[in-house]
Amino acid sequence: MATVPARQSRAHQASGLIGANTWAPKNLLGLLFLVIITIYFLTPLYWLAINATKNNTDLFSSFGLWIAHFNIAQNLADLFSHQDGIYLRWIENTVLYAVFGGLASTFVSVMAGYALSKYVFRGRRLVFGLVLGAALVPQITLALPIYLLESKYGIANTYWAVLLPSILNPLGVYLAQVYASSSIPNELISAARVDGASEFRIFWSIALPILMPGMVTIFLFQFVAIWNNFLLPLLVLSDPKLFPVNLGLATWNFDPAAHELIYNLIVTGSFLAVLPLIVMFLFLQRFWRSGLTFGSVTG
Amino acid sequence: MEISTVAGESSTSATQTTIRIRPPRSRLLAIWNGATPYLFLIPFLVIFLAFFFAPFVYDILQSFYILKHFGGLGLTPPKVVWNGLANYQQVLTDANFWRGFGRVLIFGIIQIPVMMGIAMILALLIDAPLLPFRRFFRLAAFVPYAVPGVVAAILWGYFYTPSLSPIVQALSAVHLPVPNFLSNSTILWSIGNISTWEYAGFNMLIFYSAMQAIPQELYEAARLDGLSEIAIARYIKIPMIRPAFMLGLLFSMIGTLQLFNEPEILHGISGAITPTYTPIIYAYNIAIIQSNFYYGGAIAAILGIITFIFSYFFVLLTQRQTGA
Repeated sequence: MATVPARQSRAHQASGLIGANTWAPKNLLGLLFLVIITIYFLTPLYWLAINATKNNTDLFSSFGLWIAHFNIAQNLADLFSHQDGIYLRWIENTVLYAVFGGLASTFVSVMAGYALSKYVFRGRRLVFGLVLGAALVPQITLALPIYLLESKYGIANTYWAVLLPSILNPLGVYLAQVYASSSIPNELISAARVDGASEFRIFWSIALPILMPGMVTIFLFQFVAIWNNFLLPLLVLSDPKLFPVNLGLATWNFDPAAHELIYNLIVTGSFLAVLPLIVMFLFLQRFWRSGLTFGSVTG
Repeated sequence: MEISTVAGESSTSATQTTIRIRPPRSRLLAIWNGATPYLFLIPFLVIFLAFFFAPFVYDILQSFYILKHFGGLGLTPPKVVWNGLANYQQVLTDANFWRGFGRVLIFGIIQIPVMMGIAMILALLIDAPLLPFRRFFRLAAFVPYAVPGVVAAILWGYFYTPSLSPIVQALSAVHLPVPNFLSNSTILWSIGNISTWEYAGFNMLIFYSAMQAIPQELYEAARLDGLSEIAIARYIKIPMIRPAFMLGLLFSMIGTLQLFNEPEILHGISGAITPTYTPIIYAYNIAIIQSNFYYGGAIAAILGIITFIFSYFFVLLTQRQTGA
C-alpha cells in the first residue's frame, strides 16, 4: 500500500536548522501562547478535581482553585447513596449504551461500508447517496419523531429506545467504505474466492482483521457520540433508572429545590463521569489521530 | 464524507482530504455476487429505515396537521385536522424561529472563526519543530473534547455563577469589576466560550494530523530556499491542509445549527435563555412542553432541510475547488 513517507525524527529536523534556538524571542511568543491556552483548557478540569473534594459549605466559601477540607470520601459515600444509589446505576447505563451501542454500530457500519466498497450491485449509488445525505443531517433533527414513533410502538422508556437509534452511524459507514477501498487489495479477495472461501468467510477472516484499526476509530467516534448524547435520552426516557449519567446529572442540576443542597454531589458526580473518558482518550490517542489522517491506517 | 488522507488514490498530494458525493468506481468487478452485498447491507438499511427514514417521513406527514379546538370554550376535545402547508407557512413567517436562527447564525459567524483560529495556531505551533513539551500541549488541548457537552455546560455554569466562580473570586480579590456572564448581552458568548473550549482541541487534532501527512521533502526544499518557519506555515502548511480545514468547518457549522445542550443546561441559571433561544430548543419546547408536535415537527423539518442544503452545497463547493 502506498503510504505517506515516514517522517524524519523531529530532533534531526530541528538540528538541520542552522542557528536555530528554542529560546529565540519568536519561539518564546509561541510558547507563551501555548502556555496561556493550556491554562485555559485545563483550569476547568483542575477546578472540577479540586472541588470534588469539598463539602457544600466550602464550595461556596473557600477559594475555588485550592483545597479546603478534604471531603472526597464523604462526597463519594453521599453520591453513591443519594436517591438509593441511582448514580452508580446511571454510570452502568451509560457504559451499557456506549459500549453495546458503539459495538453494534461499528459492526453494522463496517459490514455496510465493506459491501459498498467491494461489490458492484444494483442500488449501490442510491445507498451511497442515502449514507451521505444522512451524514449531512444530524440525527438530532429527527429526535422528536423518533420519540413519537418509539412511543407508538412501545419501546419508548426502555433501554432499546436509546440503544437502537445509536446504532445508526452514516459517517461510520462512509469511513468503513474508505478504509476497505484503500486497505483491502482486491487480489486478496479474488485469491480467497479461487481457494473456495465463502463470501462471509472472506469478510470475517480476511477483511475484518485488516480493517481492525479503522474499526477502533469508528468505535471511538460513536462511543463518544453516544456518551455525549443528551436530547435523545431526554426525550425517550422518563424512568430515572434508565438514564445515562449525562441526563441524570442534568436533572439534578435542574431541580431548583434540591440544587443548593446537592451541589457537592453534582460536582463530584461530574468529576467521576469525566474521569474514565479522559483516561481512555489519553491511552487511545493514536487511534484518534489515525482516524483523522487516513495515511497511518493504511500502512 | 472523508476524514482522511487517501494516500493510495492520489499520489501527487498526500493530504487531499476530499468529501465525495459520488461513490468511487469500484475496482472489484463482481461476476457472481448475487445477494451477498445486500445481506451485508441489511442491518444498516433496517436501522436506517427505522431510525432515519421512518422518523423523517413521519415528521413530514405530521407537520401537515394541526390540533384544532372547536367550540371555543374547551368543552369539546380538540381534534387533529389537515392543515396543508400552513404550518410551514407559519414557521417561515415566525419571528421566534428566525430570531433563534439568526442567533445561531451570529454565534457561528463569531465563534467558529475564533475557534478555528485558535485551533490553527495551536496546530502550527505543535507541528513546528522547535518548541518543547509539544506532546503535553497537544494532549491538554484535546482533553476537553472528552468531557461530555452536558458536563462541560454544568462545569462552566459554575464558573459563570457569581457565588461559586473562581473567576469572580479572583477579580474581586484584586478589586476589578466583575462581568455578568449570564446577562442578555453576554450569555451567547458565554455559550460560545464553552463550545470553543470543547472543540478547539478536536479541530487542532484534525489540522495537526493533516500537517503530519505533508511530505517532508517539501519542507527541505523550502528550507534550502531559505524560507522561514513562518513562511513555511503560510505558504505550505495552511494551503496543504485546506481540505482538512474545510471538513472541520463543515462539522462546526452543522453543530452550530443544532445548538442545544449548552443553552439548555445554562437555562437553569440564566433567565436570558428563552424557550425560543435556538431553533432546536424552540422545536423541543413547542413539541414536548406545549405538546404541539405538529408545529414542532414543521420547525424540525425546516431546520433539517436548511442544514442539508447548506452542507450539500458546501461539500459541492469544496469539491469543485479541490478539483476532486
